[in-house]
Amino acid sequence: MTASRDESSTPLLEARGLEVYHGQLRALQDISLRVYPGEVYAIIGANGAGKSTLLRTIAGLHRPATGTVLLDGTDVTRVQPHVRATQGIAMVPEGRRLFGSLTVEENLKVGATYARNGPWTIERVYELFGWMRDRRHQRTAQLSGGEQQSVAIGRALVANPRVLLLDELSLGLAPVVVQRIYGMMPQILATGLTVLLVEQDVSQALRVASRVHCLLEGRTTLEGLPGDLTPERVEAAYFGLGDGPAEAGPAEAGADSGGGDGGQPVPSAGPPEPAAGPGPAASAGGEESEG
Amino acid sequence: MAWVNAIIQGILTGGLYALFACGLSLMFGVMKVVNLAHGDLAVVAGYVAVGVITVTHIPVLWSFVIVVPIMAVFGYVLQRTLIQGALDRGALTTLIVTFGLSVVIENALLQFFTANSRGIGAGLALVRGSFKIGSQIQIGYLLVLIFAVAVVVLLGLQYFLSASKYGRMIRAVADDQEAAQLSGVNYKHVFGIAAAVAFGTVALAGIAYGMYSQLDPTTGTDTILLFAFAAVVIGGLGSLWGTLLGGVVLGVAQQIGAQINISNEVLAGYIVFLAVLVLRPQGLTSRRSQS
Amino acid sequence: MSVVTETPARPPAAEKLRVTRSRRNVAWTGLGALVVVVVFALLPYIVYSGTTSILAQGFIVLTLASMWNLLAGYAGLVSVGQQAFVGLGAYFVLILAIHGLSPFGAVPVAVIGCAVAALPLWWLVSRLRSGYFAIATWVLAATVMLIIEKFSSIGGGTGMPLPGLTGMSSTLLTADTYWIGLAVTVLTLATIYLLLRGRLGLVLTAIRDDEVAARSSGARVGLARVLVFVIAGAGCGGAGAVLAISQLQVQPGAVFSVQWTAEMAFATIIGGLGTIEGPIIGTIVYMVLQQTLQSYNAWYLIILGLVAILIALFFRRGLWGLVDERLNLRLFPVGYWLWPEDAPGRRGLRRGRSRAS
Repeated sequence: MTASRDESSTPLLEARGLEVYHGQLRALQDISLRVYPGEVYAIIGANGAGKSTLLRTIAGLHRPATGTVLLDGTDVTRVQPHVRATQGIAMVPEGRRLFGSLTVEENLKVGATYARNGPWTIERVYELFGWMRDRRHQRTAQLSGGEQQSVAIGRALVANPRVLLLDELSLGLAPVVVQRIYGMMPQILATGLTVLLVEQDVSQALRVASRVHCLLEGRTTLEGLPGDLTPERVEAAYFGLGDGPAEAGPAEAGADSGGGDGGQPVPSAGPPEPAAGPGPAASAGGEESEG
Repeated sequence: MAWVNAIIQGILTGGLYALFACGLSLMFGVMKVVNLAHGDLAVVAGYVAVGVITVTHIPVLWSFVIVVPIMAVFGYVLQRTLIQGALDRGALTTLIVTFGLSVVIENALLQFFTANSRGIGAGLALVRGSFKIGSQIQIGYLLVLIFAVAVVVLLGLQYFLSASKYGRMIRAVADDQEAAQLSGVNYKHVFGIAAAVAFGTVALAGIAYGMYSQLDPTTGTDTILLFAFAAVVIGGLGSLWGTLLGGVVLGVAQQIGAQINISNEVLAGYIVFLAVLVLRPQGLTSRRSQS
Repeated sequence: MSVVTETPARPPAAEKLRVTRSRRNVAWTGLGALVVVVVFALLPYIVYSGTTSILAQGFIVLTLASMWNLLAGYAGLVSVGQQAFVGLGAYFVLILAIHGLSPFGAVPVAVIGCAVAALPLWWLVSRLRSGYFAIATWVLAATVMLIIEKFSSIGGGTGMPLPGLTGMSSTLLTADTYWIGLAVTVLTLATIYLLLRGRLGLVLTAIRDDEVAARSSGARVGLARVLVFVIAGAGCGGAGAVLAISQLQVQPGAVFSVQWTAEMAFATIIGGLGTIEGPIIGTIVYMVLQQTLQSYNAWYLIILGLVAILIALFFRRGLWGLVDERLNLRLFPVGYWLWPEDAPGRRGLRRGRSRAS
């Protein structure tokens, strides 16, 4: 699905030149993106590429060393995460992060505590996910992964955000469940939301996205419409292979390994300044360590 | 028969201990803070009540109405400034700061009010009167009243946590602070509310204790803090009614110890506490094991 | 529209690094320390007896502060129950003195006795963390005191005077107390320094940074922590033994008071948690305050406590930390310096400092 993008209008969400550090490790370097209303903007990349860090920075959980985040033209870079949430950015965090000791309905109620005005209510979330109403008094710790993911999405929706950030929806879920959840996307978009998502499953991302942005070791390696991109170019950007845009040779090293080991070093003209810290595959378990 | 009297005494004292303990349990459950100054705050409340009564000559029961809200507000302020500052710097700093606070409070009380103990004289009938069952069982009115108040407070707390908006937010923040932020909840404000509740209940307990027994500068640590923590540990963290159970077990253990030899009262309580700590650290009511 | 950028080149092969212990020659530190100890040993011949007595008190506090620093600053164990060992040390001396042994001779026994006593106490609290650990140690100390108070043969609840020291001239007694205090302090500081320079120091730093990672990389975490607890118990016991001698009596309420923990904690924090020099500075500050506010009993603890809170919040590294920043001075070097091979003259990257982060 390609949304028409009017480049002259203000993007709903914009990042400019973001540079983010985890301690001494540089996680993101010079990241810029623009998300226009109604788009589904997908960020892809291997483990440790910085995808979740980017999303969390946009949500306000990380402070960038340099760069800005703009919501509808307003600079929100220094705004606290809980205030940002009330201004229209709602994130469904990686790993669901539900309130385990609370029931389904209580989770949604917390999400609705500081909700903006809009079409989404707890009732509407129950309509979207048919099974939820009957189980609404159940503690979320007892739900299955897919059910938890639905509650997490619902919790973000009831806040009536303008931008919905989805961090690794497919993590730990069966493909059937993932497809069902992504199948909800049209209904979500129909209410006027814009979606910015992070996804490790590239084919899934390409299916739903109106725009794709690929990260590798904290840098942007690809950005464009899914229709314009060949699988080879995506692979090249994902794994960091090849010499340049024209060269789209069959990826050999690590083509099937989902973890993405950086391939041959490119003897390029680029500055040989190493990304401080370990390479892409070295950060075991992803660049985020959940508390 | 003396044993029956002792056990009843112990059970009722458990109510007082539970009243002391619920604030400690709340602060630990929500923000992972063991407030080592917790007991001293009860003593401060008692001294303030004495001061207020001396100056204004209001009836004793009105001192609750004045002092408890003052302490609650003080708790909010202290949490947002000192304790949050310590939390931002780590668990070690938090322990050091609350311990420092405890020492400063005790020595300040010592310096300004001398080491003499004080009591809060309640209406004669209330303090002196007692139920008499048979010839050997005598139960003081005040102690029964305190137990009743403890039950009411615990009921109130339970209702607050389970049904109110702030109670829900407190539980959510306790489960996952970051996810709560993403839902628009200012966790520092919620911490403040929890602290206000904790300080309010411990002030209530302190004034009650001042009526039941005497207060001196070291009562906060000698008697209150260690007993309150023992009640929490024995009963099991995370359960309000477990705290009451823990208080009762502690009280009964102490009375049994006193029956064996009057000097064993406190020792018996500590031994039970240490036994639970070693054999079942999660407490009597908790199903999960404490990490 | 679509943008492709080059992937960055791989980082260059690791540079050759030279690792040294400290900027200065360690032998200097050893010689300097020896000189300092000799000077201190000769002090009783030079100064008034009153000053000697005050310095003896200082040694007690310094020993205690160093032990608390070892526990909290290096092993991350905040103990509010070290007074248990202070009291036990004092009572070891008392019991042996009652049975005829010279109190001075009893001090080493007290140290060893407390080290042994630390083992069952550690077993009770070893699985606890943070706040639970703090209060459990507090309860332990209170329990130990209550048990000891039951024995009237050693004074019961009121205590008793320390036998075996009557008949000595006051000046000589003060000097002897001073020397035994000095000996205990020197021994504990030396032990800490040597241990932290070795394996233990590395393991403790690793634990402090990331305990799970430390465990999985094979560091003997459990062993390190029990070792620290035992040493701290022994050191506090030694201080308690000296305390008994200096006070010529042993009262449970005094030797088991939580005030000892308050004093050692505050001295350490003000001086600098996580450095060996910190407790030294902190003890000096503590003694100065105590002497100045002599007549205002509770004030010095109030001020000490407030200052400690302020420093814990705003000057994490304490007073020594401030000095260290400016002068890059280390009296007791336990960290490592990394020098890139090709830059012999430049300042190296400083890594692996054993301090609380």
